[in-house]
Amino acid sequence: MTPEMIERFEGLAKQVSGFIYPNDLDIHWSIMIVLYPYLTGLVAGAFILASLVKVFNVKEVQPTYRLALLTALAFLLIAPLPLQMHLGHPERSYEIFLTPNPTSAMAMFGFVYLWYLMVVLLLEIWFAYRKDLILMAQNERGLMRWIHRALALFSTDVSDRAVAFDKKAVKAITIIGIPSAFLLHGYVGFIFGSIKANPWWSSVLMPIVFLFSAIVSGISLVILLYMVITPLRGEKIDMACLDRMSAFLFYAVIVDFSLEFLDFIHRLYESEESIKILSDLVLNKLILSLVVLQVLLGMVLPFVVMVLIRVFNLHEDLRRLLYFLSAILIQLGIFSTRWNVVIGGQMFSKSFRGLTTYKMELLGIEGLFTAMAVLVLPLIVLTVLVKILPPWESETAAAARSAQVRG
Amino acid sequence: MNRRHFLRQLLTPLVGAISGWIFGIRPAQGSTPEGEPPRSYGMGIDIEKCIGCGSCMTACIAENNVPQPFYYRTWVERYAVKHDGEVVVQLISKDGQPVRDELNERSVLRSFYVPKLCNHCEHPPCVQVCPVGATFQSPEGVVLVDDQRCIGCRYCIQACPYGARYLHPATMTADKCTFCYHRLAKDLLPACVEVCPTQARVFGDLESTASPLTRLIRMNKIHVLKDHLNTEPKVFYANLDGEVR
Repeated sequence: MTPEMIERFEGLAKQVSGFIYPNDLDIHWSIMIVLYPYLTGLVAGAFILASLVKVFNVKEVQPTYRLALLTALAFLLIAPLPLQMHLGHPERSYEIFLTPNPTSAMAMFGFVYLWYLMVVLLLEIWFAYRKDLILMAQNERGLMRWIHRALALFSTDVSDRAVAFDKKAVKAITIIGIPSAFLLHGYVGFIFGSIKANPWWSSVLMPIVFLFSAIVSGISLVILLYMVITPLRGEKIDMACLDRMSAFLFYAVIVDFSLEFLDFIHRLYESEESIKILSDLVLNKLILSLVVLQVLLGMVLPFVVMVLIRVFNLHEDLRRLLYFLSAILIQLGIFSTRWNVVIGGQMFSKSFRGLTTYKMELLGIEGLFTAMAVLVLPLIVLTVLVKILPPWESETAAAARSAQVRG
Repeated sequence: MNRRHFLRQLLTPLVGAISGWIFGIRPAQGSTPEGEPPRSYGMGIDIEKCIGCGSCMTACIAENNVPQPFYYRTWVERYAVKHDGEVVVQLISKDGQPVRDELNERSVLRSFYVPKLCNHCEHPPCVQVCPVGATFQSPEGVVLVDDQRCIGCRYCIQACPYGARYLHPATMTADKCTFCYHRLAKDLLPACVEVCPTQARVFGDLESTASPLTRLIRMNKIHVLKDHLNTEPKVFYANLDGEVR
């Protein structure tokens, strides 16, 4: 062990309370593993929002359909990065694809990820954009023309029949995509939920809680992006769209909150062997991140705000402000949820007799700054994607749609 | 019953008993009389014999180059039951003293030591979760890590209910007790068993009726750790207190 490691461990040892197994002193899964479920959750949630338009025919949400798809893609492309950076031997990570252990939930990562990326997201985006790519390429010159032609895979058919097929394909892919999005994030929940050694994780509800918190986080992220980007483009925010998205966010929050509450009550009522150490964990180590950030600020407050919006007939401007505020709080809450699951689950020893602590580095590959960079990276990817594949509907299309919604 | 039948009935158990006696007194070594590899290794620990001297830890660290001072392939816990019933658990250092000594010894009613190590489970959760199959069971049931294959994801560390694993800071791969597999291959005992001054640790083949391990299991009330998790540990504790997890 290096002198720095010894110094760090000595610092950690001083903060241990009770008795921990000696190898439990250090946290094994760091902030990087907090980011991974957070990012994949956003992917799954954004996709579910997009699918509302195509499968459930929620016309109001159409303005954010393509933005949601691109958001899902941007975050999915970055999601494996924190995992990769966390590995002791990142150069061997391809082994997961080549020699997967069939009994390992984690080994299925490669397949779920590739399925979702290749079969669901890329394919749906291609069909959704194909006609536009061809039309854009026709009016462009130089590099962009070639990029768009290449992205359309050099197809040129914009006949009604071809476009009708595109639409059908999008719908079919979305129908496959919804269970796939469930699989993508449910499986992340399963990675934690199936660890019987860890009572904080081991719960059959874990995949479902993950899934609904994913939907909550994805919808609120798209709301945030839509509310930030639209004024920047000099456009007006479509209130019908925003109201509808927020309604879905509201329903998802209710389900998510109920599930987490059920999990809480269930643990408390069963009061198994681990209940004492888990109470110590919550009361001593997670009071800020769980009680204050996740529950009060990240869930109860936005929930109350959204109830107020629905009960009182508030002015548009105030509604926008409150939606924005709730969406930010919800992001904060969901990030705390991921933190509490991943980090919280490692702060008690499997001796069930003691707590350790997590000291995040500032610099270094698993430090705070790297984590922030990983969080910003998908937004940069999204900016590039939006430049290449403009997700905005044309004014005529928007007018036709709003007429349809009203009619 | 004729004479032939009578003699057969009489001699068969006798021959069996004599051959059992001959093969029964074999040294506590890995291989069976035929020199074939044994089928299932395990360890037995008699709590009443452990004096908490820490020799096993010293031997393990020296034998296996365990990164020091914070990681352990095997360690010893001291359970101190106070007069008021409260139980205080302490980690014992290599020299046999509690690492954190903040206990008023006069308040202690009774105490005992519990050596811990990888349980080499029959159903090891670590092997189940390893995404690349880098951790596996040897034909003798010893759970091992291939450090040339391990990607350092630490899922196995999370999955182990006994805290037996750690990430080796030099190799950046999962590391743990191997029952001194390199010594077993030479018909030697694991280092911790070899040095134990009170023979609190015994080792052997669970398939062999002759091994000291089997004898320990037969002659004592036996517990395994966290048996409700159905991992089927192959480290067996004699005279274990219910406080121990």
